[in-house]
Amino acid sequence: MLDQPVKPASGDTRVVLSVKNLESYYGPIMAIRGVSIDVREGQIVTVLGANGAGKTTLLKTISGVMDPEKGQVFYDGADIAGAEPDRIVRGGIVHVPEGREVFPLLTVEENLRMGAYVRSDLDGIRQDEEMVYSYFPILRERRRQAAGTLSGGQQQMLAIGRGLMARPKVMLLDEPSLGLSPLLVREIFTIIRRLNREQKVTMMLVEQNAKVALEVSDYGYVMELGRIVMADESALLLESKDIQEFYLGVQGETQRGQKRWKQKKTWR
Amino acid sequence: MDVLQLLVSGLANGCVYGLIALGFVLIYKATEQVNFAQGDMMMLGAYITLGFHNAQFMGLPFWLSVPMAVVLMGVFGYLLDMFVLRRMFGQPQIAVVILTIALGFVLRFFAGLIWGHEPLALETPFAGQYLSFGGITLGVDGVMIIAVTVLLTVALYFFFGRTRLGIAMQASSQNQLAAYYMGIPVKRINSLIWALAGAVATIAGVLFASKGTIDPSIGLLGIKAFAAAVIGGFGSLPGALLGGLIVGVMEPFASRYMAPTYAPIMPYLLLFLILVFRPHGILAQVHSKKV
Repeated sequence: MLDQPVKPASGDTRVVLSVKNLESYYGPIMAIRGVSIDVREGQIVTVLGANGAGKTTLLKTISGVMDPEKGQVFYDGADIAGAEPDRIVRGGIVHVPEGREVFPLLTVEENLRMGAYVRSDLDGIRQDEEMVYSYFPILRERRRQAAGTLSGGQQQMLAIGRGLMARPKVMLLDEPSLGLSPLLVREIFTIIRRLNREQKVTMMLVEQNAKVALEVSDYGYVMELGRIVMADESALLLESKDIQEFYLGVQGETQRGQKRWKQKKTWR
Repeated sequence: MDVLQLLVSGLANGCVYGLIALGFVLIYKATEQVNFAQGDMMMLGAYITLGFHNAQFMGLPFWLSVPMAVVLMGVFGYLLDMFVLRRMFGQPQIAVVILTIALGFVLRFFAGLIWGHEPLALETPFAGQYLSFGGITLGVDGVMIIAVTVLLTVALYFFFGRTRLGIAMQASSQNQLAAYYMGIPVKRINSLIWALAGAVATIAGVLFASKGTIDPSIGLLGIKAFAAAVIGGFGSLPGALLGGLIVGVMEPFASRYMAPTYAPIMPYLLLFLILVFRPHGILAQVHSKKV
């Protein structure tokens, strides 16, 4: 089991990343419809939701890969909505994409160096490479190997390690559990928690695996069809009946011991 | 020795094909666009060098003219991507194909306008000189072409394998989206790839011009180089050079040992066979994403 996060009361720490009324389109389709989210410094904030809820679009809009139609993204007080991705990485927000998007023909080492592309402090880069290897020892063993030949879990570790190489203040993590075995998911999330505490990286974590995401995070948002429908401290969300019913698969007790199909979502 | 002379002249031709093919592959790998004007960029590079160097035009020293032309064509490639091809983003591939074919016509037209359609010879310092040893006579131009190509290949190998920018170019061609996420300026990288293709095309043009005369239609050599790129494996840089060398070496041997009417068809026959039996080319770079 992961240890329970230490929960600072709301307002305890500074809001480092703040999304206000963001709207983004995929062509004619409105993928996010006015989303507002606050990420406090040092926290892990998770955004839960089913396929197509707009979670990935939200992250892409923050990291500058997609431009928003309306709304603002405040980072360190400045509006960065619509800025080019390289400026945003330079500013300290790095996006670890879904599906382990590594550079398949480059070696592990070269992949990590590319993570530090926006930096020029050679000593710092070398130290951070060691730091990444200390969290993911398997990457050190495989450092001369082409990234495309790694296993799925190793590629996910490489994607996170490569993100760390940019020395981010905020890391946007898109479904790190995707396609991994439960054991590997535990391992990856334990490391994510450690990185958050030891390297002081604020995390915004998008997940479908609600249980593990709520266990590791401090605060959670639930997204549906492009809107935020619930927001609360993760521990409270874990206990919420709606979350248990729709995201954790806990079935309500009935007299006949069957699933209650009448249960309605309370947020509509 | 007949065979050695044939081999050197074939290799020399092959180097030129290979360098043009390299330009095709560079751009294709980075941007998934096929630049059918690559041959015409080679032609333009040769003419710009000629314009700087030949006595009837500016009469600058050869060793100054070549780098100036290389830089100028690099800038041309960069701006071409920045102002024209970047606008084509998201358009169907065929639009880019037609665009670059049209660009080839435009370049040919302007070259004809500026330098005329009569064949001109680039006055290289090593034109008409021969090396003789042990009964073998080799043209200095052929040896120069091979030497320059080897040097350029080694330089490119170190550039792509060792430098930060070179590895970033590889990274962005392997996974453009991930490159964006890492803050690699993908648009600028693509423009730099076009610049590099323009510079390599210029060197190919100078090498080609050192063997004889040039006229605005030599860009059509690009078609043969394109075949060479496909034979070598479109998407592989060593493959492009290898394909060029194979086509180049094949030609003189075919015309020496076969009926002259059949000789010119050989490269295309090889292309046909390669496409049927090994559709990804000789040095295919095939990798599939793990799920």
